Amino acid sequence: MELQQMIIQLQNYWSKQGCIIAQPYDVEKGAGTLNPMTFLRALGPEPWKVAYVEPSRRPADGRYGDNPNRLYQHHQFQVILKPAPDNIQDIYLGSLQALGIDPLKHDIRFVEDNWENPTFGAAGLGWEVWVDGMEITQFTYFQQVGGLETNPVSVELTYGLERLALYIQDKENVYDLTWIDDVKYGDIFFQQEYEHSKYTFEVSDVKLLFHLFDAYEKEAMRALDEQLVFPAYDYILKCSHTFNLLDARGAISVTERTGYIGRVRHLARQCAKAYVEQREKLGFPLLKQREEDHNG
Amino acid sequence: MDKRDLLLEIGCEEIPARFVQDAIRQLGERMANWLTAHRISYSDIQTFATSRRLTVWVRQVAESQEDVYEEVRGPAERIAKTPDGKWSKAAEGFARKQGVSVEQLELREVKGEVYVFANRHVPGNRTTDELIKGIHEIIAGINFPKTMRWGSDKTRFIRPIRWLVCLFGEEIVPITFAHVRASNISYGHRFLGNKTSIASADQYVDALRQQYVIVDVDERRQLILDQLRQLEEKHNWKIPVDAGLLEEVVFLVEYPTALYGSFSKEFLKLPKEVLITTMREHQRYFPVETKDGELLPYFVTVRNGDDHGIETVAKGNEKVLRARLSDARFFYEEDLKLPIDQAVEKLDRIVFQEDLGTMGDRVRRIHSLALQLGNQLQWDPSRLEKLDRAASICKFDLATQMVGEFSELEGYMGQVYALRHGEDKEVAEAVYEHHLPRSAGDRVPQGSLGTILALADKIDTIVGSFGVGIQPTGSQDPYGLRRRAAGIVQILLQEKWSAVSLTQLIQLALDRLEKEGLLKIEREKVEKEVSQFFALRLKAVMQEQDIRYDVIDAILSADLADLYLAVSKAQVLMEQLERESFKLEVEGFTRTANLAKKAKEVHLHRQELQEPAERDLLQAYDEASEQFNKAREQRDPLMMYQAIAHMVPQIHHFFDHVMVMVEDERVRNNRLALLKEITELVRQYAAFEHIVFAS
Repeated sequence: MELQQMIIQLQNYWSKQGCIIAQPYDVEKGAGTLNPMTFLRALGPEPWKVAYVEPSRRPADGRYGDNPNRLYQHHQFQVILKPAPDNIQDIYLGSLQALGIDPLKHDIRFVEDNWENPTFGAAGLGWEVWVDGMEITQFTYFQQVGGLETNPVSVELTYGLERLALYIQDKENVYDLTWIDDVKYGDIFFQQEYEHSKYTFEVSDVKLLFHLFDAYEKEAMRALDEQLVFPAYDYILKCSHTFNLLDARGAISVTERTGYIGRVRHLARQCAKAYVEQREKLGFPLLKQREEDHNG
Repeated sequence: MDKRDLLLEIGCEEIPARFVQDAIRQLGERMANWLTAHRISYSDIQTFATSRRLTVWVRQVAESQEDVYEEVRGPAERIAKTPDGKWSKAAEGFARKQGVSVEQLELREVKGEVYVFANRHVPGNRTTDELIKGIHEIIAGINFPKTMRWGSDKTRFIRPIRWLVCLFGEEIVPITFAHVRASNISYGHRFLGNKTSIASADQYVDALRQQYVIVDVDERRQLILDQLRQLEEKHNWKIPVDAGLLEEVVFLVEYPTALYGSFSKEFLKLPKEVLITTMREHQRYFPVETKDGELLPYFVTVRNGDDHGIETVAKGNEKVLRARLSDARFFYEEDLKLPIDQAVEKLDRIVFQEDLGTMGDRVRRIHSLALQLGNQLQWDPSRLEKLDRAASICKFDLATQMVGEFSELEGYMGQVYALRHGEDKEVAEAVYEHHLPRSAGDRVPQGSLGTILALADKIDTIVGSFGVGIQPTGSQDPYGLRRRAAGIVQILLQEKWSAVSLTQLIQLALDRLEKEGLLKIEREKVEKEVSQFFALRLKAVMQEQDIRYDVIDAILSADLADLYLAVSKAQVLMEQLERESFKLEVEGFTRTANLAKKAKEVHLHRQELQEPAERDLLQAYDEASEQFNKAREQRDPLMMYQAIAHMVPQIHHFFDHVMVMVEDERVRNNRLALLKEITELVRQYAAFEHIVFAS
């Protein structure tokens, strides 16, 4: 199955499960979890179902396009269901069948894996899902987001699209994957991988990046002071990405590291709190809507 | 009374393999305790478990609780009876409350006062009713290191609970937990099985077997072992079974089918442990060897299912392993490009513990401790040179990618890389050995370099942690301080290393940490706490040798600088316990020690001792001192004991003939001073007042 077809299959499947099919968010981030459609929406009591593809950037994983598996930017297919349905494992397994993976012919297992992103005050328990020994999905029940206890608990499903495609297309190298027809993954992303790696490890202006980190942080705070949650959150994402660039460059010393992470964490917590307060002020509109649906 | 079997199955989403064994033990125990506490009799309890279920089967459970007959004391007679001898309002009220008539009340005297008593009969409730009330207590009380919430419910458990089966005989007990209501429906294998109704407890194992779930843990383990053996026989292989891995696999699958795959011979160029660890840690595969123990390019995995599409499963696993091994080879090759001294420099970028600096700082402390020890042991310059090198590089592999990936290969990779970089063989070995012993049953370092480094490394961690307020509490010991202390004790208990004194080891570590300003807590306090911490480890060692607790206390209250000698002394005391005259000796030492406590600031003036008995004792003491010191130099615990025992006749003679607490202060103090000196000598052996004799 072509990568493009996989994405379409997953979108169709999760659309049928009642998910909003959202589009990737346009600020750099290290994981689909940090998209506000997940990070913020997982907070508070309002129900939420969403699925989207997220290009995720991890500067330290850049390999100049040399490595068959590691990438500066990879793609995640992200699903959030809040609250987590009781039969979520079965629903998830249905999505594998939609991708042509017959569970009777494969060895599918749920292997313990607890997920944590201390910088964003987020933690969850769950599994990595294995197909014949290959990890294809991260399956997590969020327990905490932005330092706040989740209630109700959301379930997050993150499919690593490249890895899954390597498995489905039986390829060894990510650049050989077929995106669609005769277009290979490498045709689309090779140059980008190379240039971003070179930029990250050799060219980036460290002084400027440090300055940007400070500036983004200040702007996030200013937006928070004005109770503007979403703009503030964008700047927090920018802080986080800037930190990742600096870290990959080796520009942050051991002792400084904790300090920078702490600054992002502090902002993320403030923002999470502000978001819940805002929604509460609005009377948790999605909660009301659901009640109306039920009553109507 | 009728009896029925009780079955409780807690159906979950996949429980992490490492927690299942303990959870099922707890469930069995909690059920047993709960039944007993609720006076419900049963004959025996059996448990089952897979990754998706925790089950307990109780046989021959009583239909209801046992009745209770209890005697309840009411008011005193003077209140319970009116002056004309009739029952008072108070007595009537008491009888009503206890559910008996006033005629059934009895009078009895307790400690000089007559009271009213009621004999109450509480009939037992039905077992099923009690279960409905008690189920929460049983299930929620299972302890897991980590629990979670799911959906909108507040309940915490290891993973979401999705079904419950609760049967009493053939009757469904409608218990509810986490909003799940029990039924007689269980669920089979996720893909091969279906849901199935369970008629009664004795049908459980078979009903699930039909749905491709082997619920019996031992049976599943045996199935896996049998399948491994079949593969061994068929291919003439040896499959070494790591006990921890087997246990994990047992709880990863509900219906095991072992299968094998292969990988390219090229990868066999990697160090053996790298291959084995990659297979075990990443993929839960068993390695395959020839009968002679040579690693082969195959692996065995246990699939959760039957042999449907088994070639596809094997092929998929081969592909994953290929990628994993390519990664490992990449790490290995990259690591070999990193000169050791550059790796050592990188240690300054790895934080050890926030308050204790980086790994680089730690290596410098270990280096300084190790060289001090080497010097003190009067090693020759060439050995010291090797020690210097080994200490400088002992942690370099922490900066390698392989150890970053597999922390359990720390030390092993260090030795492999050090050899590849042309380091001295002994130096390379010390890089590995200084981590030993890694666990309770593990071996101690064999080489002298590894031994000294192991001591320096461990004592720095222990004293450093105590110095910043990190101590193990209960089951929490994140820095493995207990294991490290036990390791030091294990090393020092070897006769050849008894020249290293524990007390001095602690002092050296304290000196260095103090010099670097890393003690957040007062030095004296740290020293005391660390000594007590080691005393506990030593106590455990002596307990294992069946040394009596009072002997242990006596030894632990004495001089602990020399651990080897301390344990030998205890062994000598165990032998002395067999001798009849030992009691007399202990009495002599104890009497001396008790009086010596009264000695304040006193000084012994030998020429002023005039009485023959006290002169004799002084002479015996002088002889004993000389003998004792000689014996200690030869580190002969029996001779040490005999030296002090030699004084005993004179001690008793002294107490029979000399009055210590006389009016004359000068005489009194001088006698006390003599007893104090004797006690100080005896105390170097043991604090004998702890020894207990059965009367």
